[in-house]
Amino acid sequence: MRVLKYKEAISEATVQAMEADESIFVTGHAVDYPSGIFGSTSAAAEKFPDRVFDCPSMENAFAGIAVGAAAMGQRPMFVYPRADFMFLSFDNLLNLACKWRYMYGGNAGHVPIVLRAVVGKGWGQGATHSQSPHAPLAHFPGLTVAMPAAPADAKGLLLSALTSNHPVILFEHRSLFDHEGEVDEAMEPIPFGKARIVREGHDVTIVATSLMVSEAVTAAEELAGRGISVEIIDPRTIRPLDEAAILNSVKKTGRLIVADTSWELCGFSSEVAGLVAEKAFKHLKAPVRRIALADCPAPVSMPLEEAFYPKASTLANAVLELTGQNTENMSHIDEVSLFKGPY
Amino acid sequence: MPPKTQPIDPLASENHETLLRLHEELLRVRHAELALAERYKQQEMRTPTHFGVGQEAVAVGVCAALEKTDVAYSHHRSHNHFLAKGGSVYRLAAELFGRETGCSRGRGGSVHLTDLSCGFVASSAILGEAMSAATGSALAFRLGNEKRIATAFFGDAVAEEGAFYECLSYAALKKLPVLYVCENNGYATESPLSIRQPAGADISGRVASFGVRTIKAEGNDVLAVLTAAREAVAYLRTEGTPVFLECATYRWLEHVGPFYDHELGRTYRTEQEVAGWQDKCPVIKSRAAILEAGAADEATLDKMQTDIQAVIQADIEKAYGDPWPDPQQLFDNIY
Ligand SMILES: Cc1ncc(C[n+]2csc(CCOP(=O)(O)OP(=O)(O)O)c2C)c(N)n1
Repeated sequence: MRVLKYKEAISEATVQAMEADESIFVTGHAVDYPSGIFGSTSAAAEKFPDRVFDCPSMENAFAGIAVGAAAMGQRPMFVYPRADFMFLSFDNLLNLACKWRYMYGGNAGHVPIVLRAVVGKGWGQGATHSQSPHAPLAHFPGLTVAMPAAPADAKGLLLSALTSNHPVILFEHRSLFDHEGEVDEAMEPIPFGKARIVREGHDVTIVATSLMVSEAVTAAEELAGRGISVEIIDPRTIRPLDEAAILNSVKKTGRLIVADTSWELCGFSSEVAGLVAEKAFKHLKAPVRRIALADCPAPVSMPLEEAFYPKASTLANAVLELTGQNTENMSHIDEVSLFKGPY
Repeated sequence: MPPKTQPIDPLASENHETLLRLHEELLRVRHAELALAERYKQQEMRTPTHFGVGQEAVAVGVCAALEKTDVAYSHHRSHNHFLAKGGSVYRLAAELFGRETGCSRGRGGSVHLTDLSCGFVASSAILGEAMSAATGSALAFRLGNEKRIATAFFGDAVAEEGAFYECLSYAALKKLPVLYVCENNGYATESPLSIRQPAGADISGRVASFGVRTIKAEGNDVLAVLTAAREAVAYLRTEGTPVFLECATYRWLEHVGPFYDHELGRTYRTEQEVAGWQDKCPVIKSRAAILEAGAADEATLDKMQTDIQAVIQADIEKAYGDPWPDPQQLFDNIY
C-alpha cells in the first residue's frame, strides 16, 4: 500500500470528501494560504477555491454560524490552527451544536459540523498554544471526539466525520503531521468507537492517545528487547469510547498504563482508569498508572519544557515499575526534535 | 471637554528636548528588536516571536503621554509596548532565551511578558484578551476613584472578535478610563484587511457608533502619535470615558519570526509594498524632523544610535549568560 504523511492523508480525505459531496466547505484562519494549515488544506483550496476560504478571527460566532449553515444542509468544516483558539467557540459548540439533535427532540434536523483542531507542542509554544481540550469536550453528550494518531486514521476518521450526521471534533497533533504510514487510496471511512490494537502483547497494556501512541511504540520496542511484551491500544475516538477493546486487553495483561496528551485530573487517563477499576478490577495485578502532562501550564523555557512532557522513556520506565523491575535512564530512546523555529 | 491639543511644532526650540527623547526611545525599541531578531535566527530563543519592527512609533508615542502609574496591556506583538512602557531589554532578552531572569522567569515566552514596576501588566497571545483585561483595570480605577488610565495595544484583527464590541459597549456604558490603541497594520498573518472586514467600513467609524471618542493618527510619525495620545490622555483624565486611538502602520518582518517575507518566498504582499512602507520608516522620519529643526546634528544622532546599540548588545549577551530555571521549580506558582 502507499505511504503518506499524516498531513497528506488529511488533505486526501478532504479532497475526496469534497469531490463526493458539494455541500462541504472548509474555513478557518489561513486555510487557503499556500501553507494551508501545515499542508493539510492547500490541495483542497486549489481544487475548490469557492469552497475553501479564509475566515476572520471570530471563533465565538463562527461555531454558531457553522451550526446555522449545517441546519440548512451545508457541511462546514472549521479548522483551528491551534486548539487553544477553540475555547472561544465553546458556547455555540457545547450549548447549541452538541445538543441540537436531542434538545429539539430530533425535530430540528441535524447539524453535521466538523472541527479540526491542531495541538501544538514544544519549541516554547507555551501555555496558550499547546493545549488539547479533548477531555473537557468529550465530557459532553452529543459530540464525537476523535484523536487520530496515524495517517490512515487521520484519513479514515475525517472521512467518517465528513459523512456523519452530527458534530465531530478531531484533535490533530502538530508533531504528527510529518509522520508516515500506509494509507488506503480508496475512501474507507473508519467507524467511530472502534479502537485500533497497535501492537499485541501480554505483560502490560498501554492505552495511548494521539502523539503518545508513537511514544508507546518506541517504548514497547525497547522493552521487547528485554523480554517484556507490551500491548498498545489506540482508542482513536474518546467519545464514543471502545470500552471492550480496553477491557479485553486488561483482562489479558492485568496491568494498565494510560498515556495521554493532556493533564491527569478529570482527564482521559483518569476516565480509562475509572473504567477499568469499575469493570475489570479483579483482573488487575497492579495499580493503574496514568502518564500525562505535568500538572502546570506548558512552560516555555527548554529545561522546564523537557520536564513537562512525558516521553517514550517515561512510558518504558512506568512499564518497568509495573512489572516489578528497576527503573533506569532510558533517554536514548527519546526522539530528538530536529524542528527549527519559528512555529 | 479639555481644549484640543495643539500639534507639536518640531521647529519650536522648547520642543527639541521632546524630539530627542522620543528619538532615543525609538532607537532603543528599534535596535532592540533588530538585534533580537538577528539573535533569534540562531535558534536559541525557543519561543515563537512576533517582531514589531516598523511599528515602534505607536508604542513610543503613546507611552510618552502616559504616567508610570498608568497601566498597559498588549497582544502577541508585544515587545515594542513592553519596552516603551519602561521594560528592560535585558529582561526581555532573558525571557526569550528562557532564562530564570526573564521578565516572566522563562515560563511565558515572547507573548507573555510582564513588568509591574513600570506599569506593563501583561501581554497575552489570544486575540481580545488584552483589550478585555485593560477594560477591567479601568473598571478597577473607576471603582477605586483613581485617576489612572488603562491602555490596551492590539491589532486590527481584534475588531473581528466579539470581545472587541463587548468591551467598547461596556466601557462606554460604565464610562471607563481606558485607552484602546489599535495598530492597524493592514494584515492578520497573511490576510489583508480587505478580505476580513467589510469594504469601506473603517474601524474607527464602527467604534464611534458606540459613543466612544475616536482619534486617528499617522502611526509612523511619532510626533503625530504623541499629539494624539496627549489629546486622548487629557480627555481621559478630565472626562474619564474611553478613547479609541487608531494608528495606521506597517509590519516589516514576517508575522512570526525574524525574516522578511520575500526571503522565505511568501507572496501575499510584494517586496515593493514593504519597501514603500520602509520609506515611511518612523525612525528616519523622526531623525529628519530633528535635523530640520536643528535640534541635533548628524554626528550626535549617529552617536546616540551606536551608544544605544552597544548597551543593547551587552544586555542581550548578559541575558544569554544567565542561568536556566531549575526543573525542580516546575510547579512554582501553581495553587
Ligand atoms: C482567538 C485567537 N484566534 C486566532 C489567533 C491566531 N492569531 C495570532 S496573531 C493573528 C493575527 C492578528 O492580527 P492583528 O490583530 O492585526 O495583529 P498583528 O499580528 O497584525 O500585529 C491570529 C489570527 C489567536 N492568537 N487568537
